[in-house]
Amino acid sequence: MTTTLAPPAPPAAPAEDLGALARRHGLSVSGARPSLPAYVRQLWSRRDFITAFATARLTAQFSQARLGQVWQVMTPLLNAAVYYLIFGVLMNAKNGVPDYVPFLITGIFVWTFTANTVQAGTRAISGNLGLVRALHFPRASLPISLAFQQLQQLLFSLAALVVMLACFGEFPTWSWLLAVPALFLQALFSTGVALVLARLAARTPDISQLMPFVLRTWMYASGAMFSIQNLAGSGRFPDAVVLALQCNPAAVYIDLMRFALIESFTGAQLPPHVWALAAGWALLAFAGGFVWFWKAEETYGRG
Amino acid sequence: MAEAQRTPTVIADGVHITYTVHGGHPGGRGGATAALGRILNRRPAPAGRKVHAVRGVGFVAYRGEAIGLIGSNGSGKSTLLKAIAGLQPVDRGAIHTQGQPSLLGVNAALMEDLTGERNVILGGLAMGMSRTEIRERYDGIVDFSGINEKDDAISRPMRTYSSGMGARLRFSIAAARSHDVLLIDEALSTGDARFRRRSQRRIDELRAEAGTVFLVSHSNSTITETCERALWLEAGTLRMDGPAKEVVAAYEEFTARPGTEKANK
Repeated sequence: MTTTLAPPAPPAAPAEDLGALARRHGLSVSGARPSLPAYVRQLWSRRDFITAFATARLTAQFSQARLGQVWQVMTPLLNAAVYYLIFGVLMNAKNGVPDYVPFLITGIFVWTFTANTVQAGTRAISGNLGLVRALHFPRASLPISLAFQQLQQLLFSLAALVVMLACFGEFPTWSWLLAVPALFLQALFSTGVALVLARLAARTPDISQLMPFVLRTWMYASGAMFSIQNLAGSGRFPDAVVLALQCNPAAVYIDLMRFALIESFTGAQLPPHVWALAAGWALLAFAGGFVWFWKAEETYGRG
Repeated sequence: MAEAQRTPTVIADGVHITYTVHGGHPGGRGGATAALGRILNRRPAPAGRKVHAVRGVGFVAYRGEAIGLIGSNGSGKSTLLKAIAGLQPVDRGAIHTQGQPSLLGVNAALMEDLTGERNVILGGLAMGMSRTEIRERYDGIVDFSGINEKDDAISRPMRTYSSGMGARLRFSIAAARSHDVLLIDEALSTGDARFRRRSQRRIDELRAEAGTVFLVSHSNSTITETCERALWLEAGTLRMDGPAKEVVAAYEEFTARPGTEKANK
């Protein structure tokens, strides 16, 4: 036995020979990125995991709290109360906005969905490295699953919203059905942005430190708690700036939701071609984000 | 068996693996002042240290084989296992595999705040099982883990489990699925003696179902009991490849020696 120890010689097998052997038996290279259609198929076959992971995280979130799942509804309500106190009472942003409370709450809830999805996206890979390093699954499952978790959270918020709208005299009408396509497009858009940030933050985790500032700026620019339309009336900004603010995706989705749910929020307050804008942003973000995320599939969780 | 009739499942072809370690640099990298100084002087952040973990390893594994990987700490065993699983990129050479090799382990997918029951489902889905498959095997998983023997522990959150119970449930979930190529990294040392015997049997079953099993372990007896073939890695190179008993004997002889200077005594 001692003789085998002396030279650290691996069993001599010519490299070409092994490659040829692998080809002859139809073996594939380990850890290679699948083609885009194959990737979509893999992702589809993991749909149960994606939804179960989202629901599990949602449930685990408040499992230590005494009030438990009540926080699902309490958190958005408290948020709305804080913003009402600051913007509605102290800063008096309600000037010139009819039904300010429904306007504000709808804006906050809809914005929170996009903001949380994007923020969760930055931690989708970097916060789940253990999972990525131990198991095989299409990595896009993670940002998509986190987006789905936020969507479920939003549905809780919307239930609270319906109650509050009723308190302020807004009752269901047929126009409420418009909320469904609006929400669908918003979810696509937010998931797309989350996919982009998931890839960026996988390489540079610092991005998740920076995101809250970006998101806050974006929130104030999107009219979550004030009316962009009223900025135009003030004459302090050129029309082009106001139009650009109104056409930014977050503002588009917020205003579509208000248009659907609040009677005094009319089509005149929406930017031109608003549904085309909403669909365009959604498709651009989702398709672009998905392909961009896939292109780095084999690099996640390594190095 | 003649060479032509055996089906290869994993072929490692002159594999080199290096990885970069960030942080812990000699010369004080981590400090904020150092980072600020770098930004001010426009010097690039120092690249992480390169670790050449696996240096030119080549072997062919066949269907029905159980292969033990042995070697000192840091000899590249776990890195090689990760590369076979496709979770660690290879610098030079290539690893060809039949199907998708999987590491045994679902710990990362489980959530401590959820009940054992929900974790069985979540873990199964994370490993790529379908909901129907999990429903069929659910009772088997819970029985195997033995955590329901005293009370209805499966309906409690996992954070209330003792560490042994948690480890048993994790192993049971991980071992519930059969794989083409199964990679096990020191998983046999969980639980009490009774559970260890049971998991040993389960590994044998998995081996029968799976094409090939790779086992990393520091327990030489586990290797000789479970595997018939062993690869001995030392400092990233393949030192020996042969029948488990011979390789383990050689390895034991090597480790028993106080130092390499006495090698030619």
